Amino acid sequence: MDIKVRVWRQSGPTAGGKMVTYDVKGISPDASFLEMIDVLNETLILNGDDPIAFDHDCREGICGACSMVINGVAHGPEKATTTCQLHMRKFKDGDVIDVEPWRAAAFPVIKDLVVDRSAFDKIIQAGGYITAPTGTAPDAHAAPVPKKDADAAFEAATCIGCGACVAACPNGSSMLFTAAKIAHLGLMPQGQPERDSRVIDMLQAQDDAGFGGCTNAGECTTVCPKGIPLSLIGRLNSDYRKAISKR
Amino acid sequence: MVANEFWAEGEPVVDKAAPDGPVETRWERRKFSAKLVNPANRRKLTVIVVGTGLAGGSAAATLAEAGYRVKSYCYQDSPRRAHSIAAQGGINAAKNYRNDGDSVYRLFYDTVKGGDFRARESNVYRLAQVSVNIIDQCVAQGVPFAREYGGLLDNRSFGGTQVSRTFYARGQTGQQLLLGAYQAMERQIGLGNIEMNARHEMLELIIVDGKARGIVVRDMVTGEITTEFADAVVLASGGYGNVFFLSTNAKGCNVTASWRAHRKGALFANPCYTQIHPTCIPESGSHQSKLTLMSESLRNDGRVWVPKRAEDCQKPAGEIAEEDRDYYLERIYPSFGNLVPRDIASRAAKNVCDEGRGVGPGGLGVYLDFADAIKRLGRKAVEAKYGNLFEMYERITGEDPYETPMRIYPAVHYTMGGLWVDYDLQSTIEGLFVVGEANFSDHGANRLGASALMQGLADGYFVLPNTISNYLANGPFPAVSETDAPVVEARKEVEDRIAKFLSIDGDRTVDSFHRELGQIMWEYCGMERTEEGLTKAIGLIRALKEEFWTRVKVPGKGEELNQNLEKAGRVADFLELGELMCIDALHRRESCGGHFRAESQTSDGEALRHDDEFGYAAAWEYFGADGKPTLHKEDLNFEYVHPSTRSYK
Ligand SMILES: Cc1cc2nc3c(=O)[nH]c(=O)nc-3n(C[C@H](O)[C@H](O)[C@H](O)COP(=O)(O)OP(=O)(O)OC[C@H]3O[C@@H](n4cnc5c(N)ncnc54)[C@H](O)[C@@H]3O)c2cc1C
Ligand code: SF4
Ligand code: FES
Repeated sequence: MDIKVRVWRQSGPTAGGKMVTYDVKGISPDASFLEMIDVLNETLILNGDDPIAFDHDCREGICGACSMVINGVAHGPEKATTTCQLHMRKFKDGDVIDVEPWRAAAFPVIKDLVVDRSAFDKIIQAGGYITAPTGTAPDAHAAPVPKKDADAAFEAATCIGCGACVAACPNGSSMLFTAAKIAHLGLMPQGQPERDSRVIDMLQAQDDAGFGGCTNAGECTTVCPKGIPLSLIGRLNSDYRKAISKR
Repeated sequence: MVANEFWAEGEPVVDKAAPDGPVETRWERRKFSAKLVNPANRRKLTVIVVGTGLAGGSAAATLAEAGYRVKSYCYQDSPRRAHSIAAQGGINAAKNYRNDGDSVYRLFYDTVKGGDFRARESNVYRLAQVSVNIIDQCVAQGVPFAREYGGLLDNRSFGGTQVSRTFYARGQTGQQLLLGAYQAMERQIGLGNIEMNARHEMLELIIVDGKARGIVVRDMVTGEITTEFADAVVLASGGYGNVFFLSTNAKGCNVTASWRAHRKGALFANPCYTQIHPTCIPESGSHQSKLTLMSESLRNDGRVWVPKRAEDCQKPAGEIAEEDRDYYLERIYPSFGNLVPRDIASRAAKNVCDEGRGVGPGGLGVYLDFADAIKRLGRKAVEAKYGNLFEMYERITGEDPYETPMRIYPAVHYTMGGLWVDYDLQSTIEGLFVVGEANFSDHGANRLGASALMQGLADGYFVLPNTISNYLANGPFPAVSETDAPVVEARKEVEDRIAKFLSIDGDRTVDSFHRELGQIMWEYCGMERTEEGLTKAIGLIRALKEEFWTRVKVPGKGEELNQNLEKAGRVADFLELGELMCIDALHRRESCGGHFRAESQTSDGEALRHDDEFGYAAAWEYFGADGKPTLHKEDLNFEYVHPSTRSYK
């Protein structure tokens, strides 16, 4: 297929940026979206142009590195799919496709489509863990976990930390990401001792890192490649209220 | 023998840290004999950990909890994205929760046998012993393993083992285990005990007075080159499967950290031992950038076949009558059928494709058909078991596996070779420790499914923290400074190399070289190797290397985010590694584990090992880019599990 892509080009963190249009000819519908950019980059390099910088690693939808806003939608048009798992057969010959980086106050652009998501790590540092120093653990069967809770914890734990939720949110809020971690750990018996401090500290860290507030717009869950549901934000809020009331 | 043209032979290498006595007590005794570091002194000791996968993440967290100062590095933007995140199937542990006859001894036995008698018994026994602690540790961290209705942990049998010892978290076990280690790490980062340097790539090792004392790193955002010092250096930088360009590894996986250490004196063991996984989605065209693994569990219900006649290969699968299909695994291996081990299934697929009976683009694929399973169990049941895998397949190929059979083809998946380490996980460079897939490890010539995650976490949580103290007890070592000659030199090597990449300004991209190297490796150092092919490959790689250094084009500057510059460094190292892999494969004139030498097979085409001649680990010493590598053999003794021949017929 022959298509055009309009890509956000920005040479560095402080440089200005703009959309630049490129022709991509003869791309296979079986190519992934990132492979289409690979092919374009090979041409750019040989023409003496600067290739497009973008984050990626696993290309299997699990590491959370890839991050492109495609035609205005974080991770593009296919539901529950990361950018790396999107394929060109979802587009038509002759399409003009816009490609931009995540845009959010807490995720500054580093170059082209690459942004700095270290603010997510800061949220986890503040409490997204269960304190269990190596060697102190009792036998794994010492405390059974009801299957229902274990399954629900797993569902929440599938968040890949990609940041699409933040990119889609009109407020640049990280609430869905934080809520997923709070739910994962809070649903397990092991997670109870730190449950109150966890939610208070993580929400504080989220504010400190420059993420916006949540107004229940719901855009986050629409783009989330792992289908993290909005209901987890409700769960977070109720955890937060309980934690605060005990203070 | 043609060999001596390519390598020299040196003194045997001996594992001086190896304990003796009954295998069950060796680890206890090693822990007891290892020197300890007084908790008050740990603050004064710094450890560099390169890599934040299961091995590096667990090591960094544990060392920091113990009170050491840790500096961590990874090339991704967050430690959580290390390649370990992609592991699907599960993690083994000898818990015997199923009461099905499993035990530490059985896991030990299976691993030594699975590795085709090319691993150290002491190490494997220790691995099986600590496997039980890993599950306890992960559960305490909140890893949401699959559970049964009673609330206890679920187990499954994996890769044809007769016991159910594999713990799993849906198809995302690696992700959940890594998040456990990552969260423990982040806690230590928050407490100020780990200094985390994401988007920082190690480009050189610094050795002072014979000891590993630091690394040279490049800040991948600004391009700044810095030197970092410590009392010990731990490499947890993963495997080198990407030397094949196409593999199931993440795109950034590379050998640079290990290779730089190898060039500075660390022996590299068994580089030719690679694992090729039979169930991957085949290539769809020249744009292909990586291959995706489909879980092995699919072979439990899917039937593998190709048309009997090459003429039928272009027809849609549905138009090929039952009697015209060759269910070749069931035919050749009637007792194991579609469940034969990975290497056998992979080679059989290659053979039928070589006969011209492959299906799909380029004839590089075989069918994995669920029609019978759907008939037998119903679509619902198949969906419940494999729904997410079918979806993933459809997303990538655009084909519906409920209607047309899946197409699969083998792909490089894991590398058993790596830097040689002793029982303490210390390399031949004092103070340089290697953990996880980066070391040559405990899997011998072949790894069992679900054992890499086990080994990574065993090394990082339980082994290294106990053995490194024996070394650190001699520290703190004299301070190193920016102006010390070896530091200046290491830094200059890095700067010169970057300048060289940027100055060549040729007419071929880095990726084009990487692809070509991958094709050579796959063709001649892949599933089946011959003396003739390997000799040819060495010549081709040498020529390609020369071409690389004269024709590569690396755009941009050094002082910025420059992904092609990063790739250039990795490909330059892969070119050198590829040659060593071929030399190692050439020298090993036997078939064992993941290494099948065509000249060494039984009359019915099965792998033929030569224990008397090759019952050793091959540890290679670097001798300059144009010199011959030198082979140092480590003899392997089997006191417990006696070498036998694998048979799956
Ligand atoms: C698709 C797939 C599925 C798998 N499934 C299973 C399974 O079900 N069960 C199982 O047991 N095993 C499985 N494996 C194998 C297993 O995942 C790996 O062997 C294991 O995760 C490796 O862990 P590691 O910690 O050694 O290295 P990795 O996880 O690869 O981590 C390497 C780290 O080193 C860093 N790094 C590398 N080079 C540098 C450098 N120069 N400078 C700075 N940092 C660097 C990286 O940033 C990263 O943090 C699978 C592998 C694949 C590819
Ligand atoms: S909640 Fe969803 S969109 Fe947000 S980081 Fe996690 S996986 Fe990505
Ligand atoms: S590249 Fe890993 S999720 Fe897309």
